[in-house]
Amino acid sequence: MSVEIKTTSIEPIRQTYGHTQRRFGDKPATRYQEASFDIQSTTNFHYRPLYDHQFELYDPDHTALKMCDWYAFSDPRQFYYGAWVANRDAMQKNAENSFSFFEKRNLGSRLSDEAKQLVIKTLLPLRHMEMGANMNNVGIAGDAYGTTISQAHMFHGMDRLATAQYLSRIGLLIDDTPGVVLAEAKQLWMEDPAWQGVRRYVEDSFVIKDWAELSVAQNLVFDGLLYPYLNDHLEAELDELGGGDIAILTDFMGDWFKDGTRFIDALFKTLAAESEANREQLNRWIQHWHERAVEALEPIVGKAGIASSQALLAKRLTKLGLDTDAVASHY
Amino acid sequence: MNAKTSKRLNMKDRYRIMTRDLAWEPSYQRHEDIFPQEDFEGIKIVDWSQWEDPFRLTMDNYWKFQAEKERKLYAIFDAVSQNNGQMNVSDPRYLNAVKLFITAVTPLEYNAYKGYARVGRQFGGVGARIACQMQSIDELRHTQTQIHAMSHYNKYFGGMHDFPHMFDRVWYLSVPKSFFEDASTAGPFEFLTAISFSFEYVLTNLLFLPFMSGAAYNGDMNTVTFGFSAQSDEARHMTLGLEIIKFILEQHEDNVPIVQKWLDKWLWRGYRLLSIVGMMMDYMLPNKVMSWAEAWEMYYEEAGGALFKELERYGIRPPKFAEQTVIGKNHVSHQTWFVFYQYGHATAFNTWIPTAKEMDWLSEKYPDTFDRLYRPRFELLAEKAAKGERFYNNTLPQLCQICQIPLAITEPDDDTMISHRDTVHEGERYHFCSDGCRDIFHNEPEKYVQAWLPVHQILQGNCGGADMEKVIGDYYRIEMGEDNLEFEGSPEQRRWKQWKQAV
Amino acid sequence: MSRVFIALQDNENSRFIVEAISEDNPNAEVKHSPAMIRIEADDRLTIYRETVEEKLGRDWDTQELQIDMISIGGNVDEDDDSFTLYWNS
Ligand SMILES: [Fe+2]
Ligand SMILES: [Fe+2]
Ligand SMILES: [Zn+2]
Repeated sequence: MSVEIKTTSIEPIRQTYGHTQRRFGDKPATRYQEASFDIQSTTNFHYRPLYDHQFELYDPDHTALKMCDWYAFSDPRQFYYGAWVANRDAMQKNAENSFSFFEKRNLGSRLSDEAKQLVIKTLLPLRHMEMGANMNNVGIAGDAYGTTISQAHMFHGMDRLATAQYLSRIGLLIDDTPGVVLAEAKQLWMEDPAWQGVRRYVEDSFVIKDWAELSVAQNLVFDGLLYPYLNDHLEAELDELGGGDIAILTDFMGDWFKDGTRFIDALFKTLAAESEANREQLNRWIQHWHERAVEALEPIVGKAGIASSQALLAKRLTKLGLDTDAVASHY
Repeated sequence: MNAKTSKRLNMKDRYRIMTRDLAWEPSYQRHEDIFPQEDFEGIKIVDWSQWEDPFRLTMDNYWKFQAEKERKLYAIFDAVSQNNGQMNVSDPRYLNAVKLFITAVTPLEYNAYKGYARVGRQFGGVGARIACQMQSIDELRHTQTQIHAMSHYNKYFGGMHDFPHMFDRVWYLSVPKSFFEDASTAGPFEFLTAISFSFEYVLTNLLFLPFMSGAAYNGDMNTVTFGFSAQSDEARHMTLGLEIIKFILEQHEDNVPIVQKWLDKWLWRGYRLLSIVGMMMDYMLPNKVMSWAEAWEMYYEEAGGALFKELERYGIRPPKFAEQTVIGKNHVSHQTWFVFYQYGHATAFNTWIPTAKEMDWLSEKYPDTFDRLYRPRFELLAEKAAKGERFYNNTLPQLCQICQIPLAITEPDDDTMISHRDTVHEGERYHFCSDGCRDIFHNEPEKYVQAWLPVHQILQGNCGGADMEKVIGDYYRIEMGEDNLEFEGSPEQRRWKQWKQAV
Repeated sequence: MSRVFIALQDNENSRFIVEAISEDNPNAEVKHSPAMIRIEADDRLTIYRETVEEKLGRDWDTQELQIDMISIGGNVDEDDDSFTLYWNS
């Protein structure tokens, strides 16, 4: 080919950026590597934050965990902005198809009253929890050191906003007058005794200062106990009550959780593998927040729901090199 | 949301349910513990629900639109790298504008990403929080698309290879670094006033449109494409800037003087920062777009005029020292290029004397200043260079404590006198380039005494010792003879000629 | 009186949008520069979904503007049927 003949004499003088080369070697780098590693300022910060005098602008000490190299974590999904957006656009298209299918076939009208009640009582209040998860993950993106950890939490946080919005759409879709069932669900979130444990858990998580502890409390423990219930048990319960069609609308949550788990697991595996001190710290946090999460979630998901989620979480923790005692002791 | 359900609700109601209604009034923790940064700046927010959402984008539409933009963008990047697109640029000197961009601007995008993530968590109002979050991921997008856009050029040209390392260390990059860190270390309301309003709304057109049109005129497909693509997010960011200012001003009259002070500070700081863009436009683009003075007139004087007229009813006046920018627009690009030319051994790009044709263009664009003040200087330097005595200045300049630009800019009322102010604070003397910068210092001396001034740091031995070659080569990672020095006779120029014969 | 403006990337899509804007805002001034079209008007400029749909010959969501819009001057008011830029002063 003539193009190739011509280009042979235009030789590159380097293969990639210097920092990328020092980390990965002198060879063409992937887009994830160039976009994610060693790009955040590390030194010569000019001013201390007015809101946080004890820290530098970007400071590894926003967590008690210590790492030699904060870029030891690499997102197994290799999400930089473009890859994340492309992936989520595909997910969004699927969800959009499901929502319009549900609507066109008027599947909402086939929903039994019991099933609808279960959706209002169990699923819809979670849109507020998702808003909390959004805040927590965006906060982590702000505090965490290094781009790979920060951006993965940022994407996770925006995903949570999307989930909150999809849950809201479910509420609109099964409603005769838009907004009524969502208001009902919000009332439960605010006042129903069964929901107060979860709301308290979320509000308490808002004041956790250590970002890694916050990610444990939200992403590893709470989601680890809640999502398997949503994806397995709730679906079955709805099916039994004649609400199986709802699964068309909540499917995306299962896919999303699977995807997010790959990042969360890789993160905690890396953090735990660094040192005994990190591992112990993580175990203490897991123990503490697991106990609280079980207490908060039990009124919503039931003892059986919790037990099977705990078994799954224990399995994950073993793989991550973390203790399962705390988790196992409960069932 | 395109489904039919949505048709039952209009866009505003739908958006309210999708965002505002997700938040709740907490009762297990106090508002001030959940949002601890909201109060300390003295801004009074009476009612967050008064917030007007600038754009009502839900995540599904966000993903849809952004994915479409990204697809188009990366298709161009692929095409450029597959076809040696770098060889289409007008002149190899053009690439120096790109080097300046990735070292000085791309890291700012990253800082914006982090800053908006913080504020996107810290604001007590959910509408404002989400607008900030979307901007945060957009800014991450800008960082990463810029890195990817330049990735191909970095393989063929110098000066781009260690941009994050350089950003943290190199003397002139402390100008953008200190600018943005000043904003990022401020409270959330000042951060938005600084970046969303003063920078994005008032000044962003002056940064992006010149770079992008410059790229278009000089055959740089990657930069044109990422620039316009990034700029399509910018319309959203600009609207956030205008909304936040109106919101703060409407919330409480006590907010007006605080905001006014911020506007004064950030316009001046932004103006100083943009002198680097002015120099890029007037001196670094082989094919010129418009002059810096013309751009300042069009994007600041005209567009800014309408804006400040709009804010008058809140009791806001145009920023202090704005009149000095109107005088300075005819000088600043020339003076800045002169500084970089002299210190061309310590820059991560090549410098040169404008060609005769380029000087004629400058005379035409700057009839009152160029022939009188700057042409003689450049002609003298050209003569010396022709005799093999290319001028490099080996003394270290005095930097302004605030903007960190060397003291080389002239007095507003006397263009033959370097402007120099100073002040004594707690027994120590501090130097400034202007009244504007000194004012900023006086308002917050505790903050600005902390500044990491590159020249001081070199003198104190914090940059690898007293040997400038070591500072430049080892500490800055500017490769001596490759990345820096005169363009004429440079390896860049030599390689370009060889490559041109190959295509 | 102040000028509002919108700048669009110069592409196929934008050409139809500009046509719609000119039709609905007779005193809008259209300025072409490389890769970019800038439309200015005194105080107010409105883009109507219906007109754009007519020009494009397909459904068009006012939010789609965000794909091609690169700069604006003025306050924004956006709903399902229109997108308006305006100054109060
Ligand atoms: Fe940006
Ligand atoms: Fe922006
Ligand atoms: Zn200064």
